[in-house]
Amino acid sequence: MTDILDGFTAAFYLLIGLDSDLIEISLRSLHVSLTALLFACAIAFPLGTYLAVQRFRHRRTVISVLNALMGLPPVVVGLIVYVFLSRSGPLGVLGLLFTPTAMIIAQVIIITPLIASITHQAMRDLWADYHDLLISLNATKRQRIATLIIDGRRNLLTAALAGFGRAIGEVGAIMIVGGNIDHATRVLTTAIALETGKGDFALALGLGFVLIALALLVNLSIHWLSRTESDGLW
Amino acid sequence: MLPLRVTGAMVRRRGKTLLGPIDLELAGTGLTVVIGPNGSGKTTLLRVMHGIERLTAGQIAWAVPMAEARQRQAYVFQQPTMLRRSVADNLAFPLRLSGQPQAQARETAAEWACRIGLGDALDRPALRLSGGERQKLALARALIRSPKVLFLDEPCANLDGRATRDIEALLVEVRDTGTRIVLATHDMGQARRLATEGVFLRSGQVWESGTTLLTAPQTPELAAFLKGDIVL
Amino acid sequence: MIRAALLATATLLASPTIAEPLRMAVTTSFENSGLAEVLLPVIAKDTGIEVQLVVVGTGQALKLGESGDVDAILVHSKSAEDAFVAAGNAPHRREIMYNDFVLVGPAGDPAAIAGTDTAIAALGAIANTESAFVSRGDDSGTHKTELALWAAADLDPAGFGKWYNAVGAGMGAALNTAAGLDAYILADRASWLNFGNKATLALLFSGDPALFNQYAFLPVSAEKHPHVRADLAETLENWLTGDVAKGLIDGYKIAGEQLFVFNAETN
Repeated sequence: MTDILDGFTAAFYLLIGLDSDLIEISLRSLHVSLTALLFACAIAFPLGTYLAVQRFRHRRTVISVLNALMGLPPVVVGLIVYVFLSRSGPLGVLGLLFTPTAMIIAQVIIITPLIASITHQAMRDLWADYHDLLISLNATKRQRIATLIIDGRRNLLTAALAGFGRAIGEVGAIMIVGGNIDHATRVLTTAIALETGKGDFALALGLGFVLIALALLVNLSIHWLSRTESDGLW
Repeated sequence: MLPLRVTGAMVRRRGKTLLGPIDLELAGTGLTVVIGPNGSGKTTLLRVMHGIERLTAGQIAWAVPMAEARQRQAYVFQQPTMLRRSVADNLAFPLRLSGQPQAQARETAAEWACRIGLGDALDRPALRLSGGERQKLALARALIRSPKVLFLDEPCANLDGRATRDIEALLVEVRDTGTRIVLATHDMGQARRLATEGVFLRSGQVWESGTTLLTAPQTPELAAFLKGDIVL
Repeated sequence: MIRAALLATATLLASPTIAEPLRMAVTTSFENSGLAEVLLPVIAKDTGIEVQLVVVGTGQALKLGESGDVDAILVHSKSAEDAFVAAGNAPHRREIMYNDFVLVGPAGDPAAIAGTDTAIAALGAIANTESAFVSRGDDSGTHKTELALWAAADLDPAGFGKWYNAVGAGMGAALNTAAGLDAYILADRASWLNFGNKATLALLFSGDPALFNQYAFLPVSAEKHPHVRADLAETLENWLTGDVAKGLIDGYKIAGEQLFVFNAETN
């Protein structure tokens, strides 16, 4: 119990001191996870919507695979990305290993199935609602998907926030492909793992509270921004 | 793009025949009412003609290529779908799909909103509208691309007198300016007020059709139906 | 909103980077010692090299070197290092310094290892009393040293009972586990001194030369991996074996105790 209190104290001093290392790794956490989120959404929103709109032969299989991939262990993703980005791997020439880019790639792979799956479920209901009208208006496939994405944006926001939550709290994959290099690829979660390893539970917990606060802040601000845009009917 | 020829059209789902076989021609001008008991296939027939129902057998053909025909017709569903957008955006939606610029589409939408009495509700979410307002919005949205042919499936079911009158006035206006209308209805009064010809469906078949359908029924079933008897 | 946040982040992160980064894989025990924090700033000042540490176990460090994913490695497992050089993954192996391993355990010392004379005898006592023992179990240098000690004591961990816990984790995590289980554990002195969660654990045995832990620097072969910064690795090697490094390494103390002994052969 004293550990928790020490953690709060540590977090408090880290925050009021505006510790420069803390700011650096917090910003890097945000940078990596928000960039990953951006790319993941760009893939997952159209993919999930497409799966809701389009009937094709192996659709059910694709959806099952997607749902299974939601539980993809980050460590495995990290390992696979490592093998690809390693100097002796197929993409080694790019020299991306141990860079924030490598961490972003790993996180995109981890959160895209999650976002796509939630998107698919939400869009399936909206599509049932919109189906007849869009077919009747002779909307092209691209227009149908675009309409669903625009009108289902609240559901997509939920999907995106779920993805962000998984990305910002993820440690297994980015530890492997990022290397937790100080001033280069260290982020909040890997720093927490490091401090836990050193047995400095107070600092680790402090960083943990900062991480939670950061996630809350992003969630609240996105919700607040989306509320000002419409009046909450949908 | 007329005439529309429906030949041997049949719709079967899960071993049950919902419609057909039906042979039908839609030509000229005016308003065709589709009447018949519940489950006789009115909605299915409209959807077949509109081209949004998969045919088990037979075909439909317009005088123009299908892609062009699909662009120049519209459909008002019995339960109108309100997009999760404002009234103005709902109205502008078909124009935006056809590639009209936003400003122009919104201008046309505003004009139509005034015509249906929703001029001061442009920015209201469509889901906040009453039943009658929704149906008028759906009708205006169907008409906004100036279709050659308009299908309506029970547009005035569950509406009060005032909303029904507004919608009928609009339909007459559209009919008289040359839009071919096909209207499925339960309301024999409405059928008499609007129709220039009619089709009587029974068990998925065209039982009787013609311009004197409502005034001089040729079959005992239609006569009974018009009298208000229960017809199966 | 997301875009704005990204822009802000990108601007903040775009601080001028120090020239010439060199990636070096080091073991957790080296990182946990805190010595890196003393050495790296001076290296940057003296040579202009920004050493980026990838902290992993010895096994993974060697693997990273073999794949050409780092420019140099600093590890402590002589036989594995010799094999690494023999396989052509590094042109040579350069000894830098050593520290030592210690046996840590519950302060009550149920196996009474504090009174033994050698590390082998201490481990034998633990095995005889079947006192709880935590092993790194991660193929790291520390783990390899531990296995060598068991072998020297004619004991085989494969035949041990439930008291022997191979956790497969880094030094810090393994120490946390030992603290939680009140178990014995072999740790390097630096990690132990820096460890913050000692609970009831205490240092019970040390000083046997068998527990000395030699660190060596291995530049990754530029012949095998033309992209590695062999030039920087050479500069770093010269610095690490030079007088400045000697002073810093020998002078590094935690709680008044010297941790490392510089033993490089200077040029």
